[in-house]
Amino acid sequence: MSASSDHQDSVFSHVVQAPEDPILGVTVAYNKDPNPIKLNLGVGAYRTEEGKPLVLNVVRRAEQMLVNDQSRVKEYLPIIGLSDFNKSSAKLIFGADSTAIQENRVTTVQCLSGTGSLRVGAEFLARHYHEHTIYIPQPTWGNHPKIFNLAGLSVKPYRYYNPQTRGLDFQGLLEDLGAAPSGAIVLLHACAHNPTGVDPTLDQWEQIRQLMRSKGLLPFFDSAYQGFASGSLDADAQSVRMFVADGGECLAAQSYAKNMGLYGERVGALSIVCKTADVASRVESQLKMVIRPMYSNPPIHGASIVAVILKDRDLYNEWTVELKAMADRIISMRKQLFDALQAKGMAYKLLFTLVIHVCTPGDWSHIIKQIGMFTFTGLNTEQVAFMTREYHIYMTSDGRISMAGLNSRKVPHLADAIHAAVASIA
Amino acid sequence: MALRAAISARVLSSSSAPGARSMSSWWQGIQPAPKDPILGVTEAFLADPSPSKVNVGVGAYRDDNGKPVVLECVREAERRIAGTSKMEYLPMGGSIKMVDETLKLAYGENSELLKDKRIAAVQALSGTGACRLFADFQRRFCPDSQVYIPVPTWSNHHNIWRDAHIPQRTYHYYHPESKGLDFASLMDDIKNAPNGSFFLLHACAHNPTGVDPSEEQWREISYQFKVKGHFAFFDMAYQGFASGDPERDAKSIRIFLEDGHQIGCSQSYAKNMGLYGQRVGCLSVVCEDEKQAVAVKSQLQQLARPMYSNPPLHGSLIVSHILGDPNLKKLWLKEVKVMAERIIGMRTALRENLEKLGSPLPWKHITDQIGMFCYSGMTPEQVDRLTNEYHIYLTRNGRISMAGVTTGNVGYLSNAIHEVTKSG
Repeated sequence: MSASSDHQDSVFSHVVQAPEDPILGVTVAYNKDPNPIKLNLGVGAYRTEEGKPLVLNVVRRAEQMLVNDQSRVKEYLPIIGLSDFNKSSAKLIFGADSTAIQENRVTTVQCLSGTGSLRVGAEFLARHYHEHTIYIPQPTWGNHPKIFNLAGLSVKPYRYYNPQTRGLDFQGLLEDLGAAPSGAIVLLHACAHNPTGVDPTLDQWEQIRQLMRSKGLLPFFDSAYQGFASGSLDADAQSVRMFVADGGECLAAQSYAKNMGLYGERVGALSIVCKTADVASRVESQLKMVIRPMYSNPPIHGASIVAVILKDRDLYNEWTVELKAMADRIISMRKQLFDALQAKGMAYKLLFTLVIHVCTPGDWSHIIKQIGMFTFTGLNTEQVAFMTREYHIYMTSDGRISMAGLNSRKVPHLADAIHAAVASIA
Repeated sequence: MALRAAISARVLSSSSAPGARSMSSWWQGIQPAPKDPILGVTEAFLADPSPSKVNVGVGAYRDDNGKPVVLECVREAERRIAGTSKMEYLPMGGSIKMVDETLKLAYGENSELLKDKRIAAVQALSGTGACRLFADFQRRFCPDSQVYIPVPTWSNHHNIWRDAHIPQRTYHYYHPESKGLDFASLMDDIKNAPNGSFFLLHACAHNPTGVDPSEEQWREISYQFKVKGHFAFFDMAYQGFASGDPERDAKSIRIFLEDGHQIGCSQSYAKNMGLYGQRVGCLSVVCEDEKQAVAVKSQLQQLARPMYSNPPLHGSLIVSHILGDPNLKKLWLKEVKVMAERIIGMRTALRENLEKLGSPLPWKHITDQIGMFCYSGMTPEQVDRLTNEYHIYLTRNGRISMAGVTTGNVGYLSNAIHEVTKSG
């Protein structure tokens, strides 16, 4: 009897096809393109100078150690994940000497990379925090609003990026956070803002901190690029540590996708810094209530790799060297692209095209001022579509390019494409 | 509310000083959450210093020495994977290769549905993740629906559908007097539920009771589902683990498919491949046609993206390697059979011991029930005595994880059970 005969209507007949994810959909389109000159500057995954994905040496070694250890089993982790991993992750972001950690005021739970950490934290806030609005920077990673909405929070914007300067709209930021209701949650990118690459200076961070504490705003840090931005793990955590040092409370979501290259293994951690150890313990018990009905307990493989590396002094040091090499290559790509655009006399041509829309002298210095994996080029959707159609360059429609996907051989092609796009489309 | 008052009082009194030390915690009013009834058992077991302690709590397989097992086919797959994986992001829907192999297990190698591409399927975070993803999908696209859940069921099922904001109803399942299936009441509940209700069914090796409908009973249930237009969601966490034969363990699903039901199904590799901590499973939904399957899959991905973006890679590589290699697959099937048969052997041993000890109670249900768990029929008070006096750890509903029983501890276990139950 065929199963396809005499079936009733599906209860899901009315379900329509969802649009492609704007970020992940870029790689889907790239993969479909048969043209050999194609370039994927979409999703933020690091590529070597040869355009290949990179598995860090320390990761390969940790992996081998795990495979060779016959005593290892595949049992369930506790709901909050691997204990060693959690402790090491907290130290990584808050500092090994953090008093908050020493005082047991921090609860850290293993989650599924940055996305999972944000979602678990947001679900916790929606249930246990009195304010259900989270302020997110304009622009921000496309998945942020979806995560918070599904968790039960409502989302409001705060000004962040200034298209004229291609830098931080600091005044706008202070005004918007200053106008937020007391107690509101504020999403902060710890470093290497995605998608703009524009970070506050330390002075600006201090002002943000003062404003937020005076208004009782709750910081929720998204730290997806620690070590990847400047090349220094400590420097990239300064913003977070500043807030923790004042004794106040905050949340921090960490991802090891980029800085350890563990993308697909979904390794991350959510930390909540509390006033007292007792509170931290109760908070932890409530985090379990969020996690258990979502996926019971987190995946063991990636976290085990991270734990091995963070706990071994030699592996840790080697990791910092490999991390700096990745960050340095990206910084070098920024310089090369900037130089290539300068050489093409962009400044002159831009003066004409940009004056119509923004009164800025044409200049591409934002490419080297911005930090981290992404550059917000300032290109509009039409220009982006042009670059994809004519030059087979793939990026998100907001004009964000992943510098990690660029290499020296492709810089001229990219510069040509940008030049052509700006010249032919206003 | 006291919490709001306390917070507004604190906010009003806080100075405008930049330091935050003077403020009290945002979380002051948070109550400690109750311990998970299942996972809390292992925590307590680990904390117990007694040398004679026995853990028959959580459902994780143990060999006859009481040790966790990594299957040989898994070790081999890992040897092949190590050093080769690029650790790149999987697509939101997970590994296509792994999903394809997984669907074959549930739906049959030669399933027409597979050929016609009518199954929307995504890799999920083991069984829990698959159930949750379905519950979220159900909520989004059938917002007025509720879910019928058997009594009893795995306790986390309630948490999953609650967090997905779907109202729950129950249906009769376990019959305490016979320690078997309350088939008559089950059928009544199916008939009395409003047409088009969503039902959660355990495909095989019901957790926690080990009581499964017979094939004949499944056919009647399927027929009644057709009459009522109910939606069947199968949670299949023990395929292969129940009888030792994966095809046999999928019989309930195959019956429903033959009858034309468009089911939903959660599959887990936690137990049958021993991949517990890897969190690898699959959610599938049978659709009218390929176009609808594409649409449904895209919507499932939309739910996964704001939860974890894309599922973990490692476990899916292990599954793909094993199921994609005929020799490894053969080895796996052999190893699953060994696990299932050891458990069946322990059931026999436990029952025989209790009967030999002269227990006044019937223990036939121990061998009638199937899968990892035995619903012993012991009361919470009796369970507490087992734990406090004999250091035997199990959940208070009297559920014994047979996987934790060994030739080394079955005698001790039988004695203890006899002692706490002999007075009736």
